[in-house]
Amino acid sequence: MTEQPTSGVVNHGGSDQLGREAIRQINPNVLGIIIFISSEAIFFLSLIVTYVVYRGASTSGPGAHVLNVPVTAVFTLFLWSSSLTMARVTAHLGRNDVAGVRRWLLITILLGAIFLVGQGYEYYHLYADNVTISRNLWASTFFTVTGFHGLHVLVGLISMSIMAGVISPGENHPWGATGVEAVSLYWHFVDAVWVVIFPVVYLWTLIS
Amino acid sequence: MAEQTRGYVPTYPTITAPTGLWRWVATVDHKDIGVLYIVTTLVFFLIGGLEAMFIRLQLIAPNAKVLDPETYDEFFTMHGTTMVFLTVMPLLIGFANYLVPLMIGARDMAFPRLNAMSYWLLLFGGLLLYFSFLAGQAPNGMWFMYVPQTLPPYTTGPGPNYWAAGLLVTSVGTIAASINLTVTILLLRAPGMAITRLPLFVWTVLVNSFLILWALPPLAAAMVMMLLDRLVGTHFFDVSAGGNVLLYEHLFWFLGHPEVYILILPVFGMVSETIPVFARKPIFGYTFIAASTVAIAFLAMSVWAHHMFTSGMGLTEDTFFSAASMLIAIPTGVKVFNWVATMWRGAIRWTSSMLFSIGFIGEFIIGGLTGPMLATVPVDWQVHDSYFIVAHLHYVFFGGSVMGIFAAAYYWYPKITGRLMSENLGKWHFWLTIVGLNLTFFPMHLNGLLGMPRHVYTYPNLPGLAELNFWETIGAFILATAVVVFVWNVVASVRFGRIAGNDPWDAWTLEWATASPPPPYNFASIPPVRSRRPLWDLKHPENPDPR
Amino acid sequence: MGSYDRLATPLRKTQTTSGPAAAPPQLCRFARSALRVAFCALRFARCALRFRPFPSARHLNSIGRLSGSILAVGLALGLLPALAAPRSPFSPASPQAASIADLFWFTLIAAGLIFLGVEGTILYSAFAHRERPGREASQFHGNTRVEIIWTALPALLLLVVFYLTVRTMHDISAPPGDPVEINVVGHQWWWEFSYPKEDVTTANELHVPVGEPILLHVTSADVIHSFWVPQLAGKQDANPGHVNDITFTVSAPGTYLGQCAEFCGIEHTWMAIRVVAEPPAQYAAWVKAQQQPASRPTSNLAILGETIFQSQTCGSCHAIAGTSANGVAGPSLTHVGSRATIGAGVLDNTPANMERWLLNPQDVKPGVLMPNSKLTPNDAKALAAYMESLR
Repeated sequence: MTEQPTSGVVNHGGSDQLGREAIRQINPNVLGIIIFISSEAIFFLSLIVTYVVYRGASTSGPGAHVLNVPVTAVFTLFLWSSSLTMARVTAHLGRNDVAGVRRWLLITILLGAIFLVGQGYEYYHLYADNVTISRNLWASTFFTVTGFHGLHVLVGLISMSIMAGVISPGENHPWGATGVEAVSLYWHFVDAVWVVIFPVVYLWTLIS
Repeated sequence: MAEQTRGYVPTYPTITAPTGLWRWVATVDHKDIGVLYIVTTLVFFLIGGLEAMFIRLQLIAPNAKVLDPETYDEFFTMHGTTMVFLTVMPLLIGFANYLVPLMIGARDMAFPRLNAMSYWLLLFGGLLLYFSFLAGQAPNGMWFMYVPQTLPPYTTGPGPNYWAAGLLVTSVGTIAASINLTVTILLLRAPGMAITRLPLFVWTVLVNSFLILWALPPLAAAMVMMLLDRLVGTHFFDVSAGGNVLLYEHLFWFLGHPEVYILILPVFGMVSETIPVFARKPIFGYTFIAASTVAIAFLAMSVWAHHMFTSGMGLTEDTFFSAASMLIAIPTGVKVFNWVATMWRGAIRWTSSMLFSIGFIGEFIIGGLTGPMLATVPVDWQVHDSYFIVAHLHYVFFGGSVMGIFAAAYYWYPKITGRLMSENLGKWHFWLTIVGLNLTFFPMHLNGLLGMPRHVYTYPNLPGLAELNFWETIGAFILATAVVVFVWNVVASVRFGRIAGNDPWDAWTLEWATASPPPPYNFASIPPVRSRRPLWDLKHPENPDPR
Repeated sequence: MGSYDRLATPLRKTQTTSGPAAAPPQLCRFARSALRVAFCALRFARCALRFRPFPSARHLNSIGRLSGSILAVGLALGLLPALAAPRSPFSPASPQAASIADLFWFTLIAAGLIFLGVEGTILYSAFAHRERPGREASQFHGNTRVEIIWTALPALLLLVVFYLTVRTMHDISAPPGDPVEINVVGHQWWWEFSYPKEDVTTANELHVPVGEPILLHVTSADVIHSFWVPQLAGKQDANPGHVNDITFTVSAPGTYLGQCAEFCGIEHTWMAIRVVAEPPAQYAAWVKAQQQPASRPTSNLAILGETIFQSQTCGSCHAIAGTSANGVAGPSLTHVGSRATIGAGVLDNTPANMERWLLNPQDVKPGVLMPNSKLTPNDAKALAAYMESLR
């Protein structure tokens, strides 16, 4: 977290009154990813609002009732538990324990991958039932919302794999620590998006 | 001041720096990237301007046949898209790229390589958009590309695909640039450069970056849906399948309106730098200008649907968006009043930069005053989608953004190139612009009041229309002449301009404390920052600014 | 020093009258300025090519004055027709459009006054507070009381405007009792008007009775259009899948022109609207005439035209009541001869123009959905005669 940015502040002999500003304690990578996430959140918000606005608007074809909620719920548990394992990653980061970081990263990747496999299974069955993205309005919104989330999971898995590869022992913190921290924030965001999508897309079918 | 540094030759570490073309391809230096941004957008500006000239030629007389309707629609769409997405927005990012690290006393941006990526995404997105001309059909649904007009069967060619794909590519770059600027401003400020001492240009860039980050994603979502509808066969905007065309309008304008502020906020910041320097006074009401910038940004996110008063949203929605849109006039007015108060009782130097700054205020308020008229819902029902709107938006974009950018160009050109632009050509540029601008765009208000809708490739020979359109075309050519003068000034001054020295304007912000152009590391050492005008404190130790 | 010092020589006093808000136009002054500018332009070109400075203050004067004059002339040229033109919201012909015009005038005048005040202050300051020897800039940083005043005053003005906005908005949108209801459907690129109670369908030309409330239900068959007749009411979009209402009462008989206002494709330009407002008796007669099936052609040429119409594919897109032609993709032709224009405003409806249109619509209105039927000139003449006979 205290890793020096590659392009830092100009060295200056005088006293730094800004050292006290709380925001200056944040690492650029971490702040960058937080700001990026805020933008991504609005992208997902747009897609989810579209899903909600179009719910029940389809003039033909299947609706959300074709979804297999229990199966997706099981895979959802895998995704959400990966957030807990990701918390273990950052804990080991603080202890400068590269082996621990790598171990928990791999577990997180595994859990995320299981979720993706689940999504593939779900898509496969829907396609088998001729529920395709161009079938009707509901299918268009469903595949777009969940598909974009799936893409983000995939990006998370790739970045975690890269970080698991490049992380190496450093002086106080592992080298690449802020990268891992940024990826972990991103991963928590991907999980959080599912916290919104799962009830809106899946659980809603149970009460209507 | 300038005497002691005249003839200064910047020293580069020539051993490591690549030279020639490769230098510009490989660079991750914020200054080089800034220059790349500015030059690229200038080229796009000329292309977009050329399209505008053809549009004006076609409209010079009723039933003229300069362009066929299809080409006219393509030029019209590409003119709007180019000016908004490939010219003014990236141009402001380019200026921010060059100036922000210098103004806050940093060595570079927070993520130099991401910075380079942002630029290349802009370039390739722009090229992808323009490749559509070769691919058989340029986008032709006007800059908002409303559905279902842009979907099959109404548009079967590839134009909208290039529009959506090209702009998605540039959007990724724009978002990356905004993240970069935000992090840079928040974390890389020099010691003493507290957030309350940031130059106002940096303030506006910061607010603007957040506006981009939060307003662009809905447009991205709309473009993705449009692309899916066109390429994969989804039904987002298929009315017969239950789709809703108003959803696209909402998503588009959720960006579309903040976009207007994205194009003007940094310009507000630019003239907030130039006016004090050339009036020889500190800015009047720094806090109020900064605060009104934040206020505008917040309000900007809640006024999008005033572009949809005629779409039949309902009177309740109309009332809400009318109120929000009127509110936005208040912080904007505060800014104008503060600039005027900054000029008041100063010792105003009539440099080209200052003329353009004054011209900016004078022309911008015309667009600023027609703004609240458009928020007046019944009036909007009359003038919406007419040439009145065209006049309004050009007074904001050209009279506002572009005039302010010209002021900034004359002001910072010596810092970027080390040479001053010609003041004589500058004056010609200014007066030609003033004449051309008003002759082109003022009569357009009247076109609208004569019932002429926008986006038409010709018009019936009704009383008044022919005369007005003729004079507008003449004005457009005067404006084009002004731009030619400006481009000549920019190009020729690189070689013939007078050597500027570090600080040709006797200014007060940190970028003037280093060489012109600055060395790759920006500053050997930076002056202590104890107030909003660190260089004033240095030059006037007997009378420093209050901390 | 920077190069602004060369400009520090005071300009002549007359310059205070230049700039965007200039004195009224005087023709001789205008001409003199124009000459001087032309002369300057020559010198300018020479100097610019060699990138050499040249004394400019005097010439700037002329340019400034010229710009002022051009603006004033332009304004005078433009404003006059705007006030009383057909298609202007400022010559309203319904109470609804009149109250919009009143509100518009109010905001225009308020904005104009603010404009003059701010612009005057800027110009005054720019000239009066110019740098000259011995002038020191006052170093003041701000004043909270002033800030509060210029935040509050515009807010108060806007409050008034907002009140008027909401009031006018509700007044003019109030649904009338017992109106004449008309369904308006936008098509690429023509308007379909149908009167459900009267069982009348026509195109591009809307007939309404004077003095009776009219209620339009506006929608679209394809893309987004917008229905706008400035003298009668504000515009409303014609959205596919939605219906928007417009209501107005025409106060004087006459023909009111309008046009589609939302970009709707290649021929957005030629999608005109003619509203013919007639006294109730005349309107009733019009309705009666429209309810009749198409009249039989009488002249030999027109009879030939009818057979050509039936042998071609015309009837699959167009309807002529009383014949087998019942297409709905194009405008109904039952009474096409009685309408004033062809192709939604692109041509006046004369036999010669009709012939030109039928010979090749693509030539007259490029992109129109009506294909070129490749008629021989004689066939086109006969078909045109038939069309003109459908009154």
